[in-house]
Amino acid sequence: MTTLTTTDLKQTVEDAAAHLYVWALKDIPQDLRDALAAARDRETSVSGRRVLDIIHRNVQIAEDEKNLVCQDTGIAVYTCRVGEGFPLHPARIYEALKAGTERATLEHPLRSNAVHTITRENTGPNTGYRLPIVHWEFVRDWDGLDVKCVPKGSGSENMSFLKMCVPADGVKGIKQFVLESIVGAGGKPCPPGIVGVGIGGSADYAMYLAKEAITRPVGTRNADPIVAELEDDLYRLLNETGIGPMGLGGDVTVLQCHVEHADTHMTLNPVAVNYQCWAARRASAHVGADGTVDFDREA
Amino acid sequence: MAAHHLTFPLGESEIRKLRAGDEVSVDGHIIGIRDRTQIRIFDQGIEPPMDLRGALLLHTAPNVRKLGPGRYEKLCIGTTTSARMVRFTEGLGAQYGVRAICGKGGLPDEAIEPMQRLGMVYFAIVGGAAALETTQIEEIEEVAWEELMPECLWKFRVKDFGPLTVGIDSHGNSVFHDVQERAKARLEKIVAGL
Repeated sequence: MTTLTTTDLKQTVEDAAAHLYVWALKDIPQDLRDALAAARDRETSVSGRRVLDIIHRNVQIAEDEKNLVCQDTGIAVYTCRVGEGFPLHPARIYEALKAGTERATLEHPLRSNAVHTITRENTGPNTGYRLPIVHWEFVRDWDGLDVKCVPKGSGSENMSFLKMCVPADGVKGIKQFVLESIVGAGGKPCPPGIVGVGIGGSADYAMYLAKEAITRPVGTRNADPIVAELEDDLYRLLNETGIGPMGLGGDVTVLQCHVEHADTHMTLNPVAVNYQCWAARRASAHVGADGTVDFDREA
Repeated sequence: MAAHHLTFPLGESEIRKLRAGDEVSVDGHIIGIRDRTQIRIFDQGIEPPMDLRGALLLHTAPNVRKLGPGRYEKLCIGTTTSARMVRFTEGLGAQYGVRAICGKGGLPDEAIEPMQRLGMVYFAIVGGAAALETTQIEEIEEVAWEELMPECLWKFRVKDFGPLTVGIDSHGNSVFHDVQERAKARLEKIVAGL
């Protein structure tokens, strides 16, 4: 039996991150391909069909030429599920994700988007202070690590909205805010994409949950049936607005609406919207405590 | 809705023939430009070292590989959201003679009047479709202001670039304005029924 050192495991996570970042940018998951194909089938407007045809051609060209689907290499966002028995501390996992992001950017090379938020000067190969961004979840009675890379483009990230509804606004207030946000966003976030909605918790946590929502496979439903019903309702209503593909008008405004929730204070009713463009890129790896890595495009 | 095949740079009379909703494909040259490039031109008052008369501008910041001084190979070139840069529309037309701006997501209504007055149009591309766009760009011919990488001034030679949709024409029409108006009316009804 070979002994795996923490250095080896850190290198394994770095290698996985470097692979995931580029892979996510080039090869979009099957559930997203299916959702885009279904959108093309049901769109009736001339301009909307033109847009969805081009999207289809583009995904195929990216695959054939091994090129990026979209030029915006985004900010690298990772979600990590860390088992309590995983032999690499999250502090080291973070270092590995950062090193992997840098390496992928330099070796491919990828466009580097990271800048200081005031000086606007580049801070590194898609890294900087508090970049990349990592969402953490810790799991007991497990010794594995799941890493998902979600490169997040700025066109859709700029279309993020928060409203502190009051309890008397109820679910109606939540729905109204989501609908107004997506109509106001128009073609800017590259529709049809995934509308991520976070409700409850606090102001910051609602937005965190909205981001979690866009990382789910397209069309999955919240385990809480009351929240799942809200997802169904919003999905239907958003597609009645007529914004259409790329905001040029049409039947398909969103591919899906995902909602994540948290319990909240009796006087709070926060609603956050985080948009994910049609090129909803993501790729995952499952890392075992023994250093084995299974890459997974669909997770 | 007519279809047009255009070669840029282009004069005003050809631009005036285009109508909102028409389909367009493009040959010739287009100039890549972005936030920082235009901040430098208009807010810092630095003259762009490229002739923009009759030009089609593209809102972009490409992925490239450096080959040598001032020489770059295209890797992946796509288009960014235009709305952020709407305030430069009038200056581009009035001071530099730009005829067309291509981007994604549309320009807000404040672009409609200057485009009508100055004889300019906005072409809507499919955002995110960069792999396709890259195949339609033949070569990066010139780069200026490399220190703004990737937000430099880029001169691309293109072939059958598109198809694009005329989003705003030079006659006061905007597809984006019309879609927004219809969507707001629908929204009012949806909200009333909640």
